Amino acid sequence: MANTPLTPGIVSGRLGAEQYRDNFADKAPPLTPHEAAVAADRCYFCHDAPCVTACPTAIDIPLFIREIATGAPRAAARTIFAQNILGGMCARVCPTEQLCEQSCVRETAEGKPVAIGRLQRFATDTLMAAGGHPFTRAAPTGRRIAVVGAGPAGLACAHRLAMKGHEVTLFDARPKPGGLNEYGIAAYKTVGGFAQAEVDWLLGIGGISLRNGMALGRDITLDGLRAEHDAVFLAIGLAGVNALRAEGEDKAHVRDAVDFIAELRQAEDLSKIAVGRNVVVIGGGMTAVDAAVQSKLLGAETVTMVYRRSRAAMGASEAEQNLAASKGVRIVTGAAPLRILGEGAVEAVEFAYTKETASGLELSEETFRLRADQVFKAIGQQLEGAPEGLALSGRKIAVTGPGRTSLPGVWAGGDCAAGGDDLTVTAVAEGRDAAEDIHATLMGEG
Amino acid sequence: MADLRNDFVGIKSPNPFWLASAPPTDKEYNVRRAFEAGWGGVVWKTLGEDGPPVVNVNGPRYGAIYGADRRLLGLNNIELITDRPLEVNLREIKTVKRDYPDRAMVVSLMVPCEEEAWKRILARVEETGADGVELNFGCPHGMSERGMGSAVGQVPEYVEMVTRWCKANTRMPVIVKLTPNITDIRLASRAAHKGGADAVSLINTINSITSVDLDLMCPEPTIDGKGTHGGYCGPAVKPIALNMVAEIARDPETRGLPISGIGGVTTWKDAAEFMALGAGNVQVCTAVMTYGFRIVQEMIAGMSDWMDRKGFSTLSDFTGMAVPNVTDWQYLNLNYITKAVIDQEACIKCGRCYAACEDTSHQAIGMTPERRFVVKDEECVACNLCVDVCPVEGCITMRRLAPGEVDPRTGRTVPAEYGNWTAHPNNPAARAAE
Ligand SMILES: Cc1cc2nc3c(=O)[nH]c(=O)nc-3n(C[C@H](O)[C@H](O)[C@H](O)COP(=O)(O)OP(=O)(O)OC[C@H]3O[C@@H](n4cnc5c(N)ncnc54)[C@H](O)[C@@H]3O)c2cc1C
Ligand SMILES: Cc1cc2nc3c(=O)[nH]c(=O)nc-3n(C[C@H](O)[C@H](O)[C@H](O)COP(=O)(O)O)c2cc1C
Ligand code: SF4
Ligand code: SF4
Ligand code: SF4
Repeated sequence: MANTPLTPGIVSGRLGAEQYRDNFADKAPPLTPHEAAVAADRCYFCHDAPCVTACPTAIDIPLFIREIATGAPRAAARTIFAQNILGGMCARVCPTEQLCEQSCVRETAEGKPVAIGRLQRFATDTLMAAGGHPFTRAAPTGRRIAVVGAGPAGLACAHRLAMKGHEVTLFDARPKPGGLNEYGIAAYKTVGGFAQAEVDWLLGIGGISLRNGMALGRDITLDGLRAEHDAVFLAIGLAGVNALRAEGEDKAHVRDAVDFIAELRQAEDLSKIAVGRNVVVIGGGMTAVDAAVQSKLLGAETVTMVYRRSRAAMGASEAEQNLAASKGVRIVTGAAPLRILGEGAVEAVEFAYTKETASGLELSEETFRLRADQVFKAIGQQLEGAPEGLALSGRKIAVTGPGRTSLPGVWAGGDCAAGGDDLTVTAVAEGRDAAEDIHATLMGEG
Repeated sequence: MADLRNDFVGIKSPNPFWLASAPPTDKEYNVRRAFEAGWGGVVWKTLGEDGPPVVNVNGPRYGAIYGADRRLLGLNNIELITDRPLEVNLREIKTVKRDYPDRAMVVSLMVPCEEEAWKRILARVEETGADGVELNFGCPHGMSERGMGSAVGQVPEYVEMVTRWCKANTRMPVIVKLTPNITDIRLASRAAHKGGADAVSLINTINSITSVDLDLMCPEPTIDGKGTHGGYCGPAVKPIALNMVAEIARDPETRGLPISGIGGVTTWKDAAEFMALGAGNVQVCTAVMTYGFRIVQEMIAGMSDWMDRKGFSTLSDFTGMAVPNVTDWQYLNLNYITKAVIDQEACIKCGRCYAACEDTSHQAIGMTPERRFVVKDEECVACNLCVDVCPVEGCITMRRLAPGEVDPRTGRTVPAEYGNWTAHPNNPAARAAE
């Protein structure tokens, strides 16, 4: 008999084929040309527009929207890509309600911003569907640069360097490029194999040789890279995960949310992905929401997200919290895990309510238990495998200005570098700006 | 409740909203629907001579100009006068007038420039019981090449002559419809007046090419790879029409000549504006072609609501009220000095006022890093551009400096008295007169 959401334990195939398809369909489907025209007409073409200030890559938003409005979506896409070569992915994954759209004057005016993200997708999809690459490379400089990590930061940096005429080798430990675009972002935000298609399209600039399965610290060393290249850009993201430090964390079916998500993103067939009947997700950020929502979409009967602080303190935006709620995820705030209960495998999690006090967060006496046959830990990622000799700031690589590390000739950006939000778009901005600085430094020297 | 009843050159209608001679009034079916919807009157689609009717193109007839959200702002057409037999039109006019005796039924006419031709058709229109005729001297395309329409309307002598023929050959009121495709509209209205016209109506459509198909390299609407100029109408032409109506209304030579206002009338407010500038009633075409006949309900309700608010009980209470306030530039009060003021509460910080004033006007708006926009009175020339580009209605207003205040831009004290260009020291003519 086929499984259902009520089947106990961790099983696959809880839903029918059609339901999987519907659940993991495009969260915000592309605008039709008519919808795009109507949406674009709402933009006021602001002076020194606040939305541009709010965009970490400073895309000229009023200009690209005007280009859409006047029937030139490919010109619009070029405007976007000139600032943000991953404008296609950003259009899908940016928390626009906290960035550009939050600052849009029409949000101020009537609580309804211009649909900047969806318009950006309209433009970039149009250009990418037309094929070809919109930029050409400058004359070769003869410089060789190593970029480690093919996530958004590494890709943006590599592209900008290639455009400037440098030769780039792009290393990544994983079998596929894309970083969290490929292994992390929620499936319904980037459907249809977009992450790989985007990387292929980006590499169309030429001059970037991609070396997957090459881990820094295992297959290559920073010293080796420095010896063979004129500059090195580190964009290795946050490969480690934080520990829960709750009793019983080692029981079976207690898992890091990022691993689960990566498995899901790589699945050929979602009905083969097993998920618990009662799922508990611990954490309050984007990763927690994504794990919770996707568990629910895979057919878990109950999914509860538990965060130790208040709702307002959650890393996940209000829009993401609403998305989770709309999919039937229960959000519990102000509670922290005490212990994982169960014989060998998890059966329940015991939580204590928390109190915000002057000296920090304290556990109260009051506790409760949640039934769970699967627990996902989503309490943050951390830097792992940073080469020796690099100064750190907190738990990330210390950088000054456009990504300069403590070592000459070595730059860093994206999640692995200190400063900035851990967002795709921020990673792109940092990669691009480091590339400009590397270029200026190398060409200034010669 | 305001009384909307209209008496235009003796033609009575329950309200001042008529349909202009055009597709909406081309046949019985449409006109019955229009009357059912509440329209006060119609000017039947222009009739031509007896005989084989004209033929229209069989490709597209219209071109369009859009605003945001594909809102139709301007329409252009290359349609001709009615393409249905005269016989059929006259029969239908008669039955509709019989069934709707309280509505205005005016028949638009265009026949060759011979007295006999006009005489013949006038007699036949009289038989229908219609209330009046409108002479179509305005159509800018198709008919003018045949020596009719604007070919007549552009020559004041012809306007006068044909009007006189018509007056001599019918007891019905004669309204002369004017073409705007002329440099001074008053020459045409004076001619109509001299010919004995009971009224003029204006404007007909404006010569235009709405757009060019950049693939075909051809004007639109495109008929088999070619296009031609058409007649422009709709909201976009209203300012042109209002000016022409006002020019005639304040022309001493035609003082008191009734005017039927046409051109871009879309709402009750447009109608009230035409009437304030001297039109005795209005005619509508594009607005019903865009939204259907039902809009007349909004026009009736809106007009009477406004009249109640203003304390006007009949249309004549406000008709022509704005005419004395239309003047020539040289008589405008140069001592009326205002400054733009931005309401910081209402401002949404889009910066459009800044861009407009900084790039194209007088650098009179300051911008702080927090995006606070403030007018610099010492630079503001009161051009009003910021008000026009601000997306928030009422956010920027113009404050009048009181007499005795110092204008920080000029350093001069604002005089209490009126002073215009004719007496201004910079005016060479003024000095010569001294
Ligand atoms: C589950 C999840 C959901 C998210 N959702 C969103 C979202 O909706 N919107 C948003 O804006 N952001 C989201 N983020 C954050 C966003 O994905 C990251 O901020 C962004 O990917 C950071 O880019 P990066 O290039 O710095 O790092 P990554 O994308 O992490 O890429 C780092 C790359 O380096 C490689 N690497 C790591 N170590 C080594 C090594 N030693 N040697 C060689 N290669 C190495 C990795 O394989 C990886 O390919 C999400 C993050 C997660 C975890
Ligand atoms: C398709 C079309 C056909 C028209 N045909 C005539 C006509 O036969 N006779 C006439 O006097 N005016 C004709 N007109 C002009 C209208 O009566 C009216 O003067 C003009 O459209 C301006 O009014 P509006 O802005 O309300 O449309 C026509 C207009 C249109 C759009
Ligand atoms: S703030 Fe909004 S309205 Fe202004 S330019 Fe940006 S998107 Fe357009
Ligand atoms: S009225 Fe004209 S000059 Fe004055 S602030 Fe506005 S745009 Fe500038
Ligand atoms: S145009 Fe209006 S809303 Fe925009 S900044 Fe100026 S005053 Fe404010």
